[in-house]
Amino acid sequence: MIVVWIEDQGGKVTDAVWEALTMGRRLAQQMDQPLAALLAGAPEASGLTDQLKEYGVSRVWLTGDERLARWAPQAQARVLARLIEQERPQVVLAAATDRGNELLAYLAARLQLGLATNCTEVHPGDDFTVTRLRWGGSLLEEARLLSEPKLLTVALHVNAPEPQPAESFQIEQFVAQLEERDFIIQMSKMEESAHEGVSLAEAKVVVGGGRGVGNAEGFKSLEELAQLLGGAVGGSRVATNNGWRPHADQIGQTGAQIAPELYIACGISGAIQHVVGCKGAKNILVINKDPEAPFFARADYGVVGDLREVIPALVEAIRRERGD
Amino acid sequence: MQVLVCIKRVPDTGARLELTADGQELDTRNLEFTVSPHEECAVEEAIRLVEAQGGSATVLSLGPEAAGEQIREALAKGIERGILLETDGGEWDPAATATAIVSAIEDEAFDLVLFGNESADAGNYQVGVRVAQALGWPCVTSVKQLELESAERALAKREVPGGWELYPLTLPAVVTVKEGINSPRHPSLRGIMTAKKKEIVRLKPEKSAAQLVKLGLKKPPEGRGQIQMLGEGTAAVPQIVAALKELGVL
Repeated sequence: MIVVWIEDQGGKVTDAVWEALTMGRRLAQQMDQPLAALLAGAPEASGLTDQLKEYGVSRVWLTGDERLARWAPQAQARVLARLIEQERPQVVLAAATDRGNELLAYLAARLQLGLATNCTEVHPGDDFTVTRLRWGGSLLEEARLLSEPKLLTVALHVNAPEPQPAESFQIEQFVAQLEERDFIIQMSKMEESAHEGVSLAEAKVVVGGGRGVGNAEGFKSLEELAQLLGGAVGGSRVATNNGWRPHADQIGQTGAQIAPELYIACGISGAIQHVVGCKGAKNILVINKDPEAPFFARADYGVVGDLREVIPALVEAIRRERGD
Repeated sequence: MQVLVCIKRVPDTGARLELTADGQELDTRNLEFTVSPHEECAVEEAIRLVEAQGGSATVLSLGPEAAGEQIREALAKGIERGILLETDGGEWDPAATATAIVSAIEDEAFDLVLFGNESADAGNYQVGVRVAQALGWPCVTSVKQLELESAERALAKREVPGGWELYPLTLPAVVTVKEGINSPRHPSLRGIMTAKKKEIVRLKPEKSAAQLVKLGLKKPPEGRGQIQMLGEGTAAVPQIVAALKELGVL
């Protein structure tokens, strides 16, 4: 059996879950094993079961435990550990989100097992090997995972979700039997920050700025462009470290990993740390006055020019185009 | 308060990564070494906590003898003491790393152990959690704000799309931090001088059996075709507009 842990937030899931399920389903087919899923979160997550079937899941466990509605990684790990004890799956996997990586780390530590995070490929067989991201994705590692069951997390934005309905489907309750001490770490509440338009993670278009933008003021034209395109603004590490943008806007290995239709990178040279954060973008347009900028070698479209001239002119042209 | 911060020596990469001929390692002949941005912030957080609360901060690294450089750098910024768990430079998997750290600090009395959320090179996301579980301590990962409420209570915050998640925790605890929690200082000249006199304890840890074994490294496929140059300067604007339309974003 292959078990996929489903991360839900108030009954909602992100594409990362469907990506993980897609890898899980392919693995299940290769290993000739059933695909199962655990919905340990909020009771409202039970609304997801139909979609799980579409992704090839033939068995779903729901805990329906109210206490798991707020994130508690150790408690979640306990649930998974019990499930492993009961069902003896060959593989347990989760999406490589903050929570997915955290949960499987707890599980691996608790059961003293190995864990391969950020896997892009899995090769089952006598020798169970994985391909995983290193350096945020600028290198790949081939690694052998020795312990049983195999624990792994699935790299984001690498394998596209592909539904393939299961032939049979059953839903079961899983009694978590959690104790007070399992909740030693639990989110107490969520502080919502002021809504500032589309988020980097969800935006169809992202306009990013780097050293070439020069200062916080320089981001104004990037913001105008993003607004016209219904997109979000991000920055390189240089831009966030200099305080031109809040740290949450950083695109890169130590910031956000984005996957928009189009990423417009302005005045960003293309250091590895940044490039790995936008690998998931379908298209990349690089605007840089230095024709030797390494980012050009990793882009789909390029403009050699000063962003401080090109962006305002582009904003103007789009407005004209729309008759504003 | 006694704070420990764990760091890892990694190559400081630029715009290209090259592999050694056997595909086992990054070719570091033309590279400097550093620690990841998350860990620079963990070091800064340790120094700030001790500045505010009193006590002392210790830095620990598991790595080759040369990792003494990264320890010395942390000492120059204001950490008091270093521990180097010296290896032959080979790969240690997260379980083996955590085991070595736990056995090195068992007899110490730390209130807080800080890590970077994940190392820059291996990115395993688990050494901090494994150390916490072995010590029986609570752990919060991905932390971008840490407030000490008393000698025993802290509040850790994680930034997520749309806001902040709050995690109260009881010390002693493990916290793994992300870049953005603070702005790391540079060492002062005076700091660099005094660091030379600070103590680095050198230990040779025993390597437990790996569960995750590296077989080799490779470069990912580029995945993008030939770049289409749209022109130079503002003269490129009509072509940019055409491309935006073609992509369906305009």
